Amino acid sequence: MHYESTERKPLILGDKSYHQITEDVVRPIETAAPRTWWVAFSIALVMFLWGLGSLAYTVATGIGVWGLNKTVGWAWDITNFVWWVGIGHAGTLISAVLLLFRQRWRMAINRSAEAMTIFSVIQAGLFPLFHMGRVWLAYWVFPIPNQYGSLWVNFNSPLLWDVFAISTYLTVSVVFWYVGLIPDFAMVRDRAINPVQKHIYKILSFGWGGKAKAWQRFEEVSLVLAGLATPLVLSVHTIVSMDFATSVIPGWHTTIFPPYFVAGAIFSGFAMVQTLLLIVRKVFKMEDYITIQHIEMMNIVIMVTGSIVGVAYITELFIAWYSGVEYEQYAFLNRATGPYWWAYWSMMTCNVFSPQLMWSKKLRTNLVFTFVISIVVNIGMWFERFVIIVTSLHRDYLPSSWSMFSPSFVEVGIFVGTIGFFFTLFLLYARTFPVIAQAELKTILKTSGEAQKKLHNDHGAHH
Amino acid sequence: MASNKVYWKSFDQLANTEVSQRLAENEFAQDIPVDVFLSEASSSDSTTSRRDFLKFLGFSTAAATLAACEQPIIESVPYVVQPDTLTPGVPSFYATAYTDGQDYASVLVKTREGRPIKLEPGDSARFNRGTNARAQASVISLYDSARLREPRLGEKNTDWSSMLLALKKSADQSRAEGTQFVLLTSSVYSPSLQTAIERLRQGYPNFQHVEFDAVSQSNTLDVWESLTGVRALPSIDLMATSLVLSFGSDFLASGMAQQVSSDYASRRKPGSGMLRHVELESNLSLTGSNADKRIKIKPSEVSASLAYLINQLGGKAPSVGLRGDLTKALQSLAAEMKSAMGKTLVLVGGDDANQARLAAALNGLLGSFGTTLRSDQPVYIRRGNESRLANLMADLSAKSVGTLLVAGTNPVYFRADFSKAIAGAKFSMALTDRLDETAMLCTAAAPIPHFLEAWADYRPAAGEYSIAQPTIKNLFNSMPLLEVLGSLSGDLRSAKDQVAASAAAMGLDWNRTLHDGGSTVSSGAISGAPTTAAMAMAASIKLAKPSEGMEIALYENALGAGFQANNPWLQELPDPITRLTWDNYLTMAASDALAMGFENETNSDGSLDGSYARVKVGKRLLEDVPVFIQPGQTAGTVGLAYGYGRSAAGKVADGGGVSAYALGILTGTAKVEISKAEGMHEFATVQLGHTMMGRRIVNEVNLNEFVSDPSGASWNEKPTFHTIDGLKSAEEANLWANHDHETMHMWNMSIDLTSCTGCAACVVACNAENNVPVVGKEEIRNLRDMHWLRIDRYYSSDMNKDRAAEENIGGIEMYAQMEEPSESPMVVFQPVMCQHCNHAPCETVCPVGATVHSREGLNHMAYNRCIGTRYCANNCPYKVRRFNWFNYITNEQFADVNPSQDDFGRMVLNPDVTVRSRGVMEKCSMCIQRVQYAKLEAKKVGQPVPDGAFTVACAEACSTGSITFGDVNNAKSAVRAAKADARAYHLLEEVGTQPSVFYLTKVRNA
Repeated sequence: MHYESTERKPLILGDKSYHQITEDVVRPIETAAPRTWWVAFSIALVMFLWGLGSLAYTVATGIGVWGLNKTVGWAWDITNFVWWVGIGHAGTLISAVLLLFRQRWRMAINRSAEAMTIFSVIQAGLFPLFHMGRVWLAYWVFPIPNQYGSLWVNFNSPLLWDVFAISTYLTVSVVFWYVGLIPDFAMVRDRAINPVQKHIYKILSFGWGGKAKAWQRFEEVSLVLAGLATPLVLSVHTIVSMDFATSVIPGWHTTIFPPYFVAGAIFSGFAMVQTLLLIVRKVFKMEDYITIQHIEMMNIVIMVTGSIVGVAYITELFIAWYSGVEYEQYAFLNRATGPYWWAYWSMMTCNVFSPQLMWSKKLRTNLVFTFVISIVVNIGMWFERFVIIVTSLHRDYLPSSWSMFSPSFVEVGIFVGTIGFFFTLFLLYARTFPVIAQAELKTILKTSGEAQKKLHNDHGAHH
Repeated sequence: MASNKVYWKSFDQLANTEVSQRLAENEFAQDIPVDVFLSEASSSDSTTSRRDFLKFLGFSTAAATLAACEQPIIESVPYVVQPDTLTPGVPSFYATAYTDGQDYASVLVKTREGRPIKLEPGDSARFNRGTNARAQASVISLYDSARLREPRLGEKNTDWSSMLLALKKSADQSRAEGTQFVLLTSSVYSPSLQTAIERLRQGYPNFQHVEFDAVSQSNTLDVWESLTGVRALPSIDLMATSLVLSFGSDFLASGMAQQVSSDYASRRKPGSGMLRHVELESNLSLTGSNADKRIKIKPSEVSASLAYLINQLGGKAPSVGLRGDLTKALQSLAAEMKSAMGKTLVLVGGDDANQARLAAALNGLLGSFGTTLRSDQPVYIRRGNESRLANLMADLSAKSVGTLLVAGTNPVYFRADFSKAIAGAKFSMALTDRLDETAMLCTAAAPIPHFLEAWADYRPAAGEYSIAQPTIKNLFNSMPLLEVLGSLSGDLRSAKDQVAASAAAMGLDWNRTLHDGGSTVSSGAISGAPTTAAMAMAASIKLAKPSEGMEIALYENALGAGFQANNPWLQELPDPITRLTWDNYLTMAASDALAMGFENETNSDGSLDGSYARVKVGKRLLEDVPVFIQPGQTAGTVGLAYGYGRSAAGKVADGGGVSAYALGILTGTAKVEISKAEGMHEFATVQLGHTMMGRRIVNEVNLNEFVSDPSGASWNEKPTFHTIDGLKSAEEANLWANHDHETMHMWNMSIDLTSCTGCAACVVACNAENNVPVVGKEEIRNLRDMHWLRIDRYYSSDMNKDRAAEENIGGIEMYAQMEEPSESPMVVFQPVMCQHCNHAPCETVCPVGATVHSREGLNHMAYNRCIGTRYCANNCPYKVRRFNWFNYITNEQFADVNPSQDDFGRMVLNPDVTVRSRGVMEKCSMCIQRVQYAKLEAKKVGQPVPDGAFTVACAEACSTGSITFGDVNNAKSAVRAAKADARAYHLLEEVGTQPSVFYLTKVRNA
């Protein structure tokens, strides 16, 4: 058996038995939903329906119901797309990359982080779809045989790369997540009394029997999928950034975009995980599993990625000046001092300055502060995309075509709708899925559990 | 209990004979001729296997099922008898003359399947050949569903015979009662009509014919009538001019603008001897924007300035004090004029008698008569007489007019007090194209044909006679004025016969004249130059001092006088200077606006708002006039465009803007009181950035610099890039494989920024040719104009990089100041359409390959492949792509503005061009339909496409010849020569897009 240094902080607090873990994880599934859940769910559902209405209106009437114009052809649509994709990054990073690096603290949070990933990628996918003028022909972006002979998609187009990147990412994330869920579903199935519930979880758990061979395969598949998913963490946002980096628009045409976007995505993804877990932890009383230690770890990641993003912003400014390119220089000057200066400085404040406060241990272990910062970071990251897209487009090469952008209520509605959709999915998930990967967590109970560590420590002291 | 019964079918079976057994074994009683079938030669040749057969069967069943799902219903009515002059799909062209009550132009009408769909410039031998924006747009006025369809007597529709009977009865009664019978028209310069009027006069001694021009030139005409004895304005000959001095005359946009613009461009070919143009004006006009030197002046200073110049040049005129800086400017102008004696032309705008007299005197002094100012070759398109109109109004008020026949004009709208006067007529009838302000107040109203529906003839200028022929049968129950007048005087000939008689009387060959659209005739010229008379006239006038207060000068924009106010193409055409649409407004200098508290502000969505003003001239008041802050506007003056503020023109025009006519006839020096009113007006502009921000967008050079360095090395520097292989041009430093530009055609376009005046005829021509949708004020305000071709207008700024470096101004401050146009800016125009990049940023980003490159240097747009991601538009450095935000042809939001939403308006659609659906991107196609047509024609005769055999719509509409389109692979093509010109450059060449469109540097003779 693996022993862990007592210097390392325990990852599971209190004196937990395996059964206690099971009880704690399965409780939200087996008990009736509290009133607060229903309130939250209703709000989320209303927001979702509003978004659906806005989408229906857009599809029925035309993209003209948004605030776009001849110069600014993308605004909230692609901002929201990139924002949601970015949020979707943390899940895979936590479950795949941290798995490969054997970071055990991920076990308490990977399930929810990955659920968040999948739900946010679903939101993200809606935008490239519905920003199309003729969404009913959206399937034309797939290289499918057609009646036009050799008519093919344009493999030069970064938008096409997006199609592949996002769909691959979604597929791998869903499979990875699901594989991890199988033993946990089996646990729920074994405990279920209600025959309907039992039947559903029976199907969901694919007849998991918990044999040693099954566990071995489970571990292998997890490892392989982690290997597959890891490059995707880098590739998805790299490709999203190429939508901009391969263009000719000043402020878009920037080679720094791939690493900058990936760092930003992890940054915003961790912030969103933080937001959600602080709620889950509190509501489902999982303080013993999602400990201050976890929160602090994630805050450190936020701080580091926030700093990377800050360096990227400053590098951009420097390169714009250093390039000597008229248009490039103006694009960045305009960002900071033009009509959208407020968006730029909101971005800078939220993304560069606020995470620096995490250097203080007192602050990064403070739950309220962490919660506030996690939201601030996501606001900041939304502004980052808005700044990149709108302030670059609204004043590009020819001043005659310069314009301004302001969203219509329909665009706002769609954005709010995706937030509603996201939370609708997450709230349903929280009541029907084991929110902590309990099977995995149990493997570290003996080594990283607080009581067990203490026992070991005391026991060791006798020698 | 089981039964053992056995049933039998025949006795044989019962008997179980051998035969019956054999039959039972053999399924088919008769032999099937399988062998015969298989041995047939045809069947053994067939490659159709059984499997194939089943596939075909399956497919046919599926196809038949699918086909049954939707049955497209295409309604088309074939010709019962095919006209032998008409081939479907092949356009026919007819020469005719365009008139709209204000303009005259010689044009060609393009008809398709019997429908006129486009106007093109007429025969080059004709007077004022060419099309301005109004002429280009006039074809859609033909299909205006607001046109009057039936004669109306009172509130009821009637037929023509009772209509004419009522008119004749009234005219006869007036004659009997001794009251007047008055025909009120705009200027009549049709020989046939003049004959018909004379004939009528003989029958009715009480008959009067009153002519007036909507935008009056009456005082000027009075001056010229007194000088030459003929009520006509002199023509101007820029070909003989080397210095044109214009005092507020918008000569490139009014009168015989096409002819003048064409000459102007010819005389402004860069090089020594280039025409120099100095404009002194209060409003920033299109003409003033083109000037080499522009001096801001108040209208009340014009006379004094002219007088000053006369005195400087040794003539005699009253002298009035002028402000110092103006005196200084005039001194240097006088010196310039002295060195260009006999080649100088002085023009005045407005309609001030003193200005006209002084200008005539100055021209006389400069020896301009007969050279630059052809008083001997007058233009007859303006003949209005305001004093006669004033008399008519007095007579109407005195109830001494028994019958008033208003034809083809709208006095109630054009003249502020006419609505009261018209009630004094016993019987009034409007011959009108719509139930307009005048027709509403008349006893009767009857439709007259559109100029494309009727026979007419004109004598627009000395030596010119032209015939207008119908190109479509009357859409509505209309009758031309010729026939109405004929019926009164007992002349029952058709309009065609009357015109034919006039042509015959001039000894012209009918077929030849009709084919050419007209003919040169010997009549109309005036002998002798009134030099002495003009100079004597100037000496005797009395001049007032220039006024201190605010002055107003009215002007015409693309809508002109307003005859075509209900024309959606003209309403949506951005004003070349202000870039505003669907509106008129008070143009005001920034300093005045600041002093009086008027503001223009851009909202967060880019829409523009402006404060309202109350405008008072004498006792006449205009409420809620929006103020637009106009760089280049002389401080202490404001401008206001004619033609807007309609109440009964149709749903397109009604309610848009204010009527400048309500201020009365302002001849040029009107004092005005302006005060601030509550609220903000919503403008619809298409351009928010007004300066070039220190970028090399319009390349400009002074003439002396141009002449001293013909290679262009110093003023047309090409961008270069430092690469690992050394310095490279934008074309060489490139990531992509080049397209093949050598084989077959390579279509290129050259746009000469020196000769482009910014008149915007090309924009309307493009609308008409390419079925560009009209989207209305609200959508333009949302910055969603659909024009494939736009004319960018840039002002110079007081701030530039050199100044910033000199004065140590930082980048942020410098760019902030650069955004502000100068108070006295230089103006440049730049037509921008799809640049057809050979390394097109749009092409690489489209996920579905909806926009692709052709082998001929063009960038194609496949509408039906487009899914509308708008990525291409975002990635276009020129921002020329236009997205169909809505379904403009069915969405009710556009029902009032988009002509394609009604059955009449759809008739103007070019059948060669797809009407785009919602959600797809569109852009300039370089009139691909014309390119293909020309290629097919060339193929039919088995020869290469000759240069100049065809051109694109914008190039065709351009009176100055600024746009040249052609094949650069054709060694003899004009466009190839232009490409080799030292002035040629690509817009944003440094981006590496390698456009097929290039520009020729603007040369200013400053």
